[in-house]
Amino acid sequence: MLPVEQLQTAILAAVGDAIVQSHADLDELTILVNRPRIADVLRALRDDEAIMMSQLVDICAVDYPERPERFEVVYHLLSLKHNARIRVKILTDEATPVPTVINVFSTAGWFEREAWDLMGVTFDGHPDLRRILTDYGFEGHPLRKDFPLSGYVEVRYSDEEKRVIYEPVKLPQDFRSFDFLSPWEGMTFERPMPVLPGDEKATPAETTVKP
Amino acid sequence: MSNAFPEQIIEQENGKKILPFTINFGPQHPAAHGVLRMILEMDGEIVERADPHIGLLHRGTEKLIEYKTYTQAIPYFDRLDYVSPMCQEHAFALAVEKLMGLTVPLRGQYIRVLFSEITRILNHILNITTFAIDLGAVTPSLWGFEEREILMEFYERVSGARMHANYFRPGGVHQDMPKGLAEDIAIWAEKFPKFLKDVGELLTENRIFRQRTVDIGIVTKEQALDWGFTGPMLRASGVAWDLRKAQPYDVYDKMDFDIPVGKTGDCYARYLVRFEEMRQSLRIINQCLAEMPKTGAVMTDDHKVAPPKRGEMKMSMEALIHHFKLYTEGYHVPAGETYTAVEAPKGEFAVYLVSDGTNKPYRCKIRAPGFPHLQGSDFMCKGHMLADAVAIIGSMDVVFGEIDR
Repeated sequence: MLPVEQLQTAILAAVGDAIVQSHADLDELTILVNRPRIADVLRALRDDEAIMMSQLVDICAVDYPERPERFEVVYHLLSLKHNARIRVKILTDEATPVPTVINVFSTAGWFEREAWDLMGVTFDGHPDLRRILTDYGFEGHPLRKDFPLSGYVEVRYSDEEKRVIYEPVKLPQDFRSFDFLSPWEGMTFERPMPVLPGDEKATPAETTVKP
Repeated sequence: MSNAFPEQIIEQENGKKILPFTINFGPQHPAAHGVLRMILEMDGEIVERADPHIGLLHRGTEKLIEYKTYTQAIPYFDRLDYVSPMCQEHAFALAVEKLMGLTVPLRGQYIRVLFSEITRILNHILNITTFAIDLGAVTPSLWGFEEREILMEFYERVSGARMHANYFRPGGVHQDMPKGLAEDIAIWAEKFPKFLKDVGELLTENRIFRQRTVDIGIVTKEQALDWGFTGPMLRASGVAWDLRKAQPYDVYDKMDFDIPVGKTGDCYARYLVRFEEMRQSLRIINQCLAEMPKTGAVMTDDHKVAPPKRGEMKMSMEALIHHFKLYTEGYHVPAGETYTAVEAPKGEFAVYLVSDGTNKPYRCKIRAPGFPHLQGSDFMCKGHMLADAVAIIGSMDVVFGEIDR
């Protein structure tokens, strides 16, 4: 496998002007690029002799609702020649469309449809941006963090109406969500310790107030 | 049979305008391999355009996993591609191990590789025989399902379940193999080449089978790369690429096996590649059985990740606490992200796992190999007969559990 440092140098040489940030964790190289440049970057990574990312393996979106640009769109590339992988990321929000990369890799078509369907990321220039995994006539984007796990509607066959009908979800029992982030245990991996929900239980308010 | 594409009016040579004839294929069709619905736009009996509608088996696996602990997420992987369950658990286990920096004991690694290869044979038997059914040959499936039953018994003996094993865990495998299982697998491995020979005699040189598969659905090397094909679909087009060789995980680097590569990229080449892969898997199985350490741990001894032994729990308070904490809260995975891929029987199956340091995955994207393969059905079916579309879908090895997720 091509060493990550070597790959990083080659990428900086090829598309360095479009890269906002690049880092290698766990031997996996991640580069964050400018959103409008994504198609150029992927094309350069595909065609550059030293990189030769001949396959776009996967596109997915990750939702971070607390960020100003809430979505990360992640492209995974694979080089068969150099036996290396790169993760290319761009940032976007609900309103801003991402340029499609369908002209660079044909396989992007369905992956972008999936990202639109499940996460609500729009792709500019996609010829056929229909929903792909959810039901016909589905509303909403289920993989967003603010979409409830149970969804909003449930379907059943109604014997009276002789058809399948949609009804609001009714749960006989609430979905159980436990608070596992206890303040005296867990989360021991990072220093300084992050503030967890429940921390206030361990440190009463009066002790934290400084005179 | 309605007109789904009003924009696609075809103008004929004599000036007449005709609407394309569309056929709805599936979702309830024996050759649809599950719940594929295809809208086929026909010109006579020639397929002009194929538009697969997927998602009829969408269960929201990725969303569900975000709400479960890492241990509770493993059974969902069995239910993705339900004919090769353990290979998918393998991807998830490797991803979690990578984030946590765990090492798996050697015997555990061997057991995983052994069962990954059994899974590969399990998958390829199903694909080859159902492919033959699609083309009108019923006998191979009758023979093949008998073999599959034997292999699923091995599954049952090692994990307690015939299909949804939940056996590979981050840190190793759940339990050691029961006594006598290795010997029984060895006995089966001796008999299995006979089965391969019999099925091969029925199909490989069969005139009808060849007429239906040779030069059907040709995928060139460039197309295969462009459309994100992996696994046998890529190798049948002449690209020698296998993650077990290129990026070996567990003990695959110690195994001696060959990667079959097709020359023509048609349905027949894909069949031949899968067929040869079964022989190579058998070689790996035999090597695993011979080289595997006879005793030793199969799971990491870090009790913050792996539950303690049952006997230990009866004696030690600490073990009991560990057990309780592991099965309620689970373990915390350090923040980070990884894309970990394995060579599943259908191609590159990968998990893109984003952890935020809690006991539940923040995001778990599942990269299913069948998804881009099915996307390619449009260009593969174009210009072929309707009956050839069936052969092409059969040779793609699609399973909707993983495509729809």
